[in-house]
Amino acid sequence: MVLLSPSGDVALQQRNILFASTALMLIIIIPVMALTVFFAWRYRASARATYDPDWHHSLPLEVVIWSVPLLIIIVIGAITWMGTHLLDPYRPLGRISAAKPALVVKTGDVAPLPKPLVIQVVALDWKWLFMYPEQGIASLNEVVAPVDRPIEFRITASSVMNSLFIPALAGQIYAMPGMQTKLNAVINHAGDYEGFSANYSGAGFSDMRFRFHGVDSQRFEDWTRAAREKGGPLQREDYLTLEKPSEREPIRQFRDVAPDLFEAVLNRCVDRARMCTRDMMAMDAKGGGGKEGIATVMTLGDDGNQRRGGQPLPPRPFVTAICTPTDVYGTAGATARLAD
Amino acid sequence: MTSYPDWWKLVFGRFTLEALPLHEPILVVTFIVVALGGIALLALVTWLKAWGYLWHEWFTSVDHKKIGIMYMILGVVMLLRGFADALMMRGQQAIAFAGSDGYLPPHHYDQIFTAHGVIMIFFVAMPFVTGLMNFVVPLQIGARDVSFPFLNNFSFWMTVGGAVLVMTSLFVGEFARTGWLAYPPLSGAAYSPGVGVDYYLWGLQVAGIGTTLSGVNLVATIVKMRAPGMDLMKMPVFTWTALCTNILIVATFPILAATLALLALDRYVGMNFFTNDLGGNPMMYVNLIWIWGHPEVYILILPAFGIYSEVASTFCGKRLFGYGSMVYATVVITILSYLVWLHHFFTMGSGASVNSFFGITTMIISIPTGAKIFNWLFTMYRGRIRFELPMMWLVAFMLTFVIGGMTGVMLAVPPADFVLHNSLFLVAHFHNVIIGGVVFGVFAGIAYWFPKAFGFKLDPFWGHLSFWFWVVGFYVAFMPLYVLGLMGVTRRLNRFEDPSLQIWFVVAAIGAVLILLGILCFLVQIAVSIMRREQLRDTTGDPWDGRTLEWSTSSPPPDYNFAFTPVIHDHDSWADMKKRGYQRPLTGFRPIHMPRNTGAGVIIAGFATLCGFALIWYIWWLAALSFVAAVASVIIHSFNYDRDFHISADTVLREEDARSDLLGRA
Amino acid sequence: METATAQAQAANGAPVFYVKEDEHEHSGGSTMLGFWIYLMSDCLVFAVLFATFGVLGRNYAAGPSGADLFDLRLVAVNTTMLLISSITYGFAMLAMDKGRQAAVQGWLVVTGLFGLAFIGIELYEFSHLIHEGATPQRSAFLSSFFTLVGTHGLHVSFGLLWLTVLMVQVSRRGLIEANRRRLMCLSMFWHFLDVVWIGVFTFVYLMGVLK
Repeated sequence: MVLLSPSGDVALQQRNILFASTALMLIIIIPVMALTVFFAWRYRASARATYDPDWHHSLPLEVVIWSVPLLIIIVIGAITWMGTHLLDPYRPLGRISAAKPALVVKTGDVAPLPKPLVIQVVALDWKWLFMYPEQGIASLNEVVAPVDRPIEFRITASSVMNSLFIPALAGQIYAMPGMQTKLNAVINHAGDYEGFSANYSGAGFSDMRFRFHGVDSQRFEDWTRAAREKGGPLQREDYLTLEKPSEREPIRQFRDVAPDLFEAVLNRCVDRARMCTRDMMAMDAKGGGGKEGIATVMTLGDDGNQRRGGQPLPPRPFVTAICTPTDVYGTAGATARLAD
Repeated sequence: MTSYPDWWKLVFGRFTLEALPLHEPILVVTFIVVALGGIALLALVTWLKAWGYLWHEWFTSVDHKKIGIMYMILGVVMLLRGFADALMMRGQQAIAFAGSDGYLPPHHYDQIFTAHGVIMIFFVAMPFVTGLMNFVVPLQIGARDVSFPFLNNFSFWMTVGGAVLVMTSLFVGEFARTGWLAYPPLSGAAYSPGVGVDYYLWGLQVAGIGTTLSGVNLVATIVKMRAPGMDLMKMPVFTWTALCTNILIVATFPILAATLALLALDRYVGMNFFTNDLGGNPMMYVNLIWIWGHPEVYILILPAFGIYSEVASTFCGKRLFGYGSMVYATVVITILSYLVWLHHFFTMGSGASVNSFFGITTMIISIPTGAKIFNWLFTMYRGRIRFELPMMWLVAFMLTFVIGGMTGVMLAVPPADFVLHNSLFLVAHFHNVIIGGVVFGVFAGIAYWFPKAFGFKLDPFWGHLSFWFWVVGFYVAFMPLYVLGLMGVTRRLNRFEDPSLQIWFVVAAIGAVLILLGILCFLVQIAVSIMRREQLRDTTGDPWDGRTLEWSTSSPPPDYNFAFTPVIHDHDSWADMKKRGYQRPLTGFRPIHMPRNTGAGVIIAGFATLCGFALIWYIWWLAALSFVAAVASVIIHSFNYDRDFHISADTVLREEDARSDLLGRA
Repeated sequence: METATAQAQAANGAPVFYVKEDEHEHSGGSTMLGFWIYLMSDCLVFAVLFATFGVLGRNYAAGPSGADLFDLRLVAVNTTMLLISSITYGFAMLAMDKGRQAAVQGWLVVTGLFGLAFIGIELYEFSHLIHEGATPQRSAFLSSFFTLVGTHGLHVSFGLLWLTVLMVQVSRRGLIEANRRRLMCLSMFWHFLDVVWIGVFTFVYLMGVLK
């Protein structure tokens, strides 16, 4: 049972909290179950045991039945408060594992944590794209990370909600279009682990699986080098092709990854005709695009519907990028207007 | 598909002949079976010349008892459909291994798990608890009917209308493939084109109106129509839980209606509430739907708690231990149920403080719930327990529910939830509390109140068989899912790669078959009981030595429930009356003022359902027409001022004399 | 109340377990409470729409904002219409208490006319916006604006239909108990819509223009 014997420190701490809260609750569950069976047997009609039809209230007993669960919940609540903050997926790791705590600044006798490996994750229909900005590579349906190095996943999605979950490594977090979530984790034991989407996302959901490899740093280097040598390109146009719904895509690597690709995916403007969400939000914060902004909507046919097995739909609208002679991509258009 | 002429679109909207699943053998066979069964039923009713009887005595009835019984029948029928879905899912997951795709492609499978959830919650559990509340509450508070008898009939038929729409999707078009809460953007127009989500939206919208109105009705009934002397702290516990449940219904179902309406606007008009582009925000839907969704869980479980309380005190032969704390626990749960919704999506990226807050409020609910368990436990203490069927369900519930409660608290701890969220552990948890809590409670309630409704007890042999199949089947079906959840298996998967998982799914499938046997035994139990009704007859009206007012009248109760309105002096008022030598009045009857039956509820609900169907298929003329017809029917109905009549004193005397005869024989 | 009788009789000797003389009250007594509960549930529908507007009300999608679109003078006139209609409905209720049927009908007509004016102005506003291209589809802000204001408008329209039906019923049957109860319910409904509109006016229009 992978959740009970995970290989990453975060998942391990999550398991420990699971154990602690279970043990605390068993303090009350076991006596209740035992008493239920015992009373049911002891006071069955045929047993002719003590019968006291008027006994229906006891202040001391009521105090006990309210306060004991209360005390247990206070303890579990305290664990919850601390655990939730310490294991917040957004929080940078404080340690590699129980045996390798973080840098203690004052004494300085413990090695500092290595810089986290940033992995950008995009949940696509129905496959996972992992981009390594420092290494300039990307990988489909496979993610490789060195053992004992903190990993910072930055997660978004292209179309619908999914959830990135590698049970051996750490808990899950949703992948949502137009939004970025984060997950900090570390793998402590080398191995080949399973990852998948834990939030139903349509017809191809069951095959939205990937492999997660925890490897030593040498093998990680080998893997990135291989990707740089043999991978295919992943520019914006390649991404737009890749984004189209498909199932059971084979594992493959990419090099030549457009450096701003993740930002573009996150801002829903990989297609340069679209205005980036961040520009749109910047304009909205200053009061929108005015009445002239009404016209900045275009519609584009989306063959995704048919690929999802549905009927063809009228094209979906989107906000177009506003371009200027100095900025053909239109990303500065918003800024220009705001300067007025 | 493109060859349909323009007039076709005008007349039939987007309905095409391809929408009939003639090419899908499973559905064709199902349709033939359902159609043959339906025709046989219609033929039987015609042969018995029962149409008039059914229409005048049942369909148009405003009698809360008959409406309650009709809700229960709806629940049983839909249970069969919902459970067929469950069996198909268990079958698929048990065989879809090692490269096998099983027998259900995602297109079907995804509809089935969506339909299973929707049907079991909205059209099985809800009709069951609403039916029991409808039947029991007025009797328990010494009233002759609910506050708004016509509205009660209308609410029932709206619930039926919703069920009809969901059932229609099986044979005309398809159902949603989104999961039972239809999260956008997946459920939006861009990613779920077609009629599936629209069936979902209008089915729930139609049924939801019924549920909301029935909630308004029962709150008003409990607040306004209690018998003299029954102040709030003397109400039976089931009535208390019914009050809290209906307050929750009134306070949450409008939120569901509004949320689904916004999704419908996105889909139909192209608005941007929950879309990815043009400023929409899908996370808002998730919040809104769970602000309804979590209280919904308590809407279901609170009445079950009430049933257990009645069963406990009756069959232990003593007053419920800690009535006061039971009531306060119920009220606390009612209030807290609004403060926990975010625990359904800790993994959506809220900050640690927000997650902790909702995690801890969730755990706090376990305190009053725990207090309730202790109250039932200490009701058994020094009781004289008769292990009739309802009591057996109570003990099974107590042992099962604490496990579900424990796993619930585990899921409420956010760091633990990050690994358990959406897993089969979660699936096992909520089936543990819904089957172990709500379903067991409903069966206890059916066994307990059946003799009141029909005048004879249920056959115990088949009841015991059903009980053991259900209880054992539950454990066999869902304990493996806890294990699978801990093995990191997520839900709604159509097929699997890891062969070591298969054995657990096979065991779970066997459990589902055991539950099937439990359901079949329950049906046999009803049939056998009807056949043996003379042996099982209860002439006293009080077969269990009951403690609350419903047992003071005859079984089945007369139309007017009570010849004289009872006066209450203490808790467990019927037990109190019996103890103090209550004599049944035999003379001095007066005419009784009662509401008249009306067909308006059936007609209006029928038009509303038709309107929903037309909207699903974009048949705009029909939608407009049926909407106008529904509104017109309401207006016409409002012109009918002649809504009640008097049962004459002679009739009352005859009925009461007949009962005296029965009591004399007993 | 009946408890008192019961206890009084109980004092004579044996406790009394049923009410002999009095007929149990039927639905009439619960109508006001029931309708009030319904209104509260309707209030939650508006709460959801307000919350939605609160979340999405600044998501202009690089399109127009409230400040670009709203004509406060028009909205002020509209608000006046609805507020006056509430007052005139109040006059109808006062006339009802005095049993003056003709006056009731007259005030109901006046109320209906003001209601119609309100709906008319709102429809004009909507058609103007749509004509300009500020359609409900353009942005989440416009979706939530049209839905919130439109839902209120639909409620007022149904109120007008109900008002018409009630006027026919009053003219046929007079101010009988059942009709008084119905007029009372519509009164609560009408004032409720007024209160909701004050929220709409403040949060949507005023704050939308002020920023």
